[in-house]
Amino acid sequence: MTQAPLEYYLVLSAVLFAIGVAGVVIRRDVIVILMSIELMLNAVNLTFIAFSRFLGSVEGQVIVFFVMTVAAAEAVVGLAIMISVFRFRQTLDPRDMQLLKW
Amino acid sequence: MTTNLLRWIPLLPLIGAVLNIFFGGRWGKKFAGILASAAVLGSFLISLRVFTLLSPTGVLRDTLYTWIESEPFKAQVSFQADALTAVMLLVITGIGFLIHLYSTGYMAHDEGEARYFAYLNLFVFFMSVLVLADNLLLLFVGWEGVGLCSFLLVGFWFEDPANTTAGNKAFIVNRIGDFGFLLGMLLLFWEMNRLGVPSLDFAALQETAARIPPDSVVLVTLLFFIGATGKSAQIPLYVWLPDAMQGPTPVSALIHAATMVTAGVYLTARLNFLFALAPWTLSLIAIVGAATALLAGTIAVAQNDIKRVLAYSTVSQLGYMFLAAGVGAFSAAIFHLFTHAFFKACLFLGAGSVMHAMSGEQDMRKMGGLRRRLPVTYWTYLIAALALAGIPPTAGFFSKDRILLEAYSSPHGSVVLWFVGWITAGLTAFYMFRQLFMVFHGTSRAEESVQSRIHESPPAMTVPLIVLALGSITAGWVALPSRDVWDPWLQAVLRAGNPVEHGAAVNETLLVGLTVAIAVIGIALAYFVYGRQRRIAEEGPLWRVLAHKYYIDELYDFVFVRPFTAAANWLARAFDPRLVDGAVNGIAGLVRGISASGRRLQSGNVQHYLFAFLLGTILIFVFWLRR
Repeated sequence: MTQAPLEYYLVLSAVLFAIGVAGVVIRRDVIVILMSIELMLNAVNLTFIAFSRFLGSVEGQVIVFFVMTVAAAEAVVGLAIMISVFRFRQTLDPRDMQLLKW
Repeated sequence: MTTNLLRWIPLLPLIGAVLNIFFGGRWGKKFAGILASAAVLGSFLISLRVFTLLSPTGVLRDTLYTWIESEPFKAQVSFQADALTAVMLLVITGIGFLIHLYSTGYMAHDEGEARYFAYLNLFVFFMSVLVLADNLLLLFVGWEGVGLCSFLLVGFWFEDPANTTAGNKAFIVNRIGDFGFLLGMLLLFWEMNRLGVPSLDFAALQETAARIPPDSVVLVTLLFFIGATGKSAQIPLYVWLPDAMQGPTPVSALIHAATMVTAGVYLTARLNFLFALAPWTLSLIAIVGAATALLAGTIAVAQNDIKRVLAYSTVSQLGYMFLAAGVGAFSAAIFHLFTHAFFKACLFLGAGSVMHAMSGEQDMRKMGGLRRRLPVTYWTYLIAALALAGIPPTAGFFSKDRILLEAYSSPHGSVVLWFVGWITAGLTAFYMFRQLFMVFHGTSRAEESVQSRIHESPPAMTVPLIVLALGSITAGWVALPSRDVWDPWLQAVLRAGNPVEHGAAVNETLLVGLTVAIAVIGIALAYFVYGRQRRIAEEGPLWRVLAHKYYIDELYDFVFVRPFTAAANWLARAFDPRLVDGAVNGIAGLVRGISASGRRLQSGNVQHYLFAFLLGTILIFVFWLRR
């Protein structure tokens, strides 16, 4: 079985990352924005894993574990904020959360 | 000869002042006065020691540290004591101590006693720095410092706006003089620097003075004299001194009679080698001095405030000193300074004692008959008044007589100067005894409530009076015609100005006789008008002009103060809001206008920020790739 070349992984990772960025910038729902951030993080993870495999080095995998831990913590904090914001304002649209201006 | 004794003369009062400022309120009122008096007594004892160490030609030096070092200029905090300084020190600390002592009684009922004694000690500090300084810059420090203390003490009872106004007037008028002093000092340094001696030390000045261009010397001395007219209350800047009587009476005695106001005389004497090179300035000084003596003497005749009479008398006597300095008789000027300090301090303290007894009354028309109620005050006042009038054998006789003699016979003197001084001597005797008769003789014109409380002052106040009265008699005996120790003592320091031989042949006895005669006539006149209660109607145009002090204050008000305040008001109304505020507000408005468009970027929407973040990242990335 032939191995897929590195470029495939990188292209897939880039595509996933771009989708994540687009989601963060465009979507009107904070939950989806959080999910998009997860997507970006995982796109990066994919890059790390691919390089780790192709270079035969373990550091990339180690970093991925760190990223996953951080992502989990970030999701917890993010969702907690979302819940309290929703309780307070009955909305999840980021356009309604712009008090911190001028 | 160097000694580190000198530094303690100013330092002791400074320590006293600092302690009184920080702890005076906590240690109790009585202690503040004791501490302050002890500090000045210490200075006096050291001054006495310094005096015994000195010979007429000797100089003691004490260098503390280098104050300013800016190539090529160098100024040190360095003290020197020569014969002239020793005399000044003894007057300042000796009479200063007596006045401190008197103050412990006079200010006993006052709330701000600690503050008062702190200021008074601070004054002694600055005054001794002034006379001990060995360069002009340090002298200027003392000069400004005593002005500050004068301001603080004139406005001591600051609850009354009149007092603070008087304090401001004293300060502002003095500033005009100080500006002249400052310019003179700068010009002098400029000339010294051109001659390759970048220094303002008196020793260096004395050596180099002769090489300075004559025109510059005239200008420098004129500027210094402007400074002296401010501090020593001469025409045209004398107007602050009578108003300065708003301060506590011992302050008037110490600062505005005995010591600070003589600083201008001291300055001319200290720089006598410079003034001697400028005959033109000297003539001006003599004329201004004589004119001031006469002007203030006539005003004093028509005043009814017990302290104002003395204030104008002080201005008049300072005029005598400048008259003497102007004819080159610096030694006579310092002699009159020395004797005047005794009897004028005694008179002021006596006036304070009268006010103390009269529940603060200052109007002589409401006094009278105090002779029996205040015997000590009366006798000391009488002695001092005789001294001021110049009756032999009191101190004032010797000093005033010498000034008039010099005014007549010195190469710079003239008959006119002598005549003005002679007339003033008669006026002096007249107004002093007018005051004496109005205050102490006749029947009392005070209200019942005041009368019942009349009492002689406590010993803390009468003892200084007695000592000063003794001084008023004996202080002149240092220059008895048969045994004159005064001139030999000061000759080395003041040699530049002392005319050794007299210009015209004078009949000294005749001059002395004339002087005593007019003084006696003045006293007799006062006795016939005021002593025998044959009161003339104090009215008429001449009297009104005198009582209103020739309307000089009104004139200054019209010529200087009003236009100045009008201009200031115009600036405040028109210039300040439009130009100054306009510039400041305009800049603020401009920034706000620019930011009004810029701040729209801060939408508050997280997604906008993130988009900007993304664009920025892409831009950096593209830039990095294209490099």
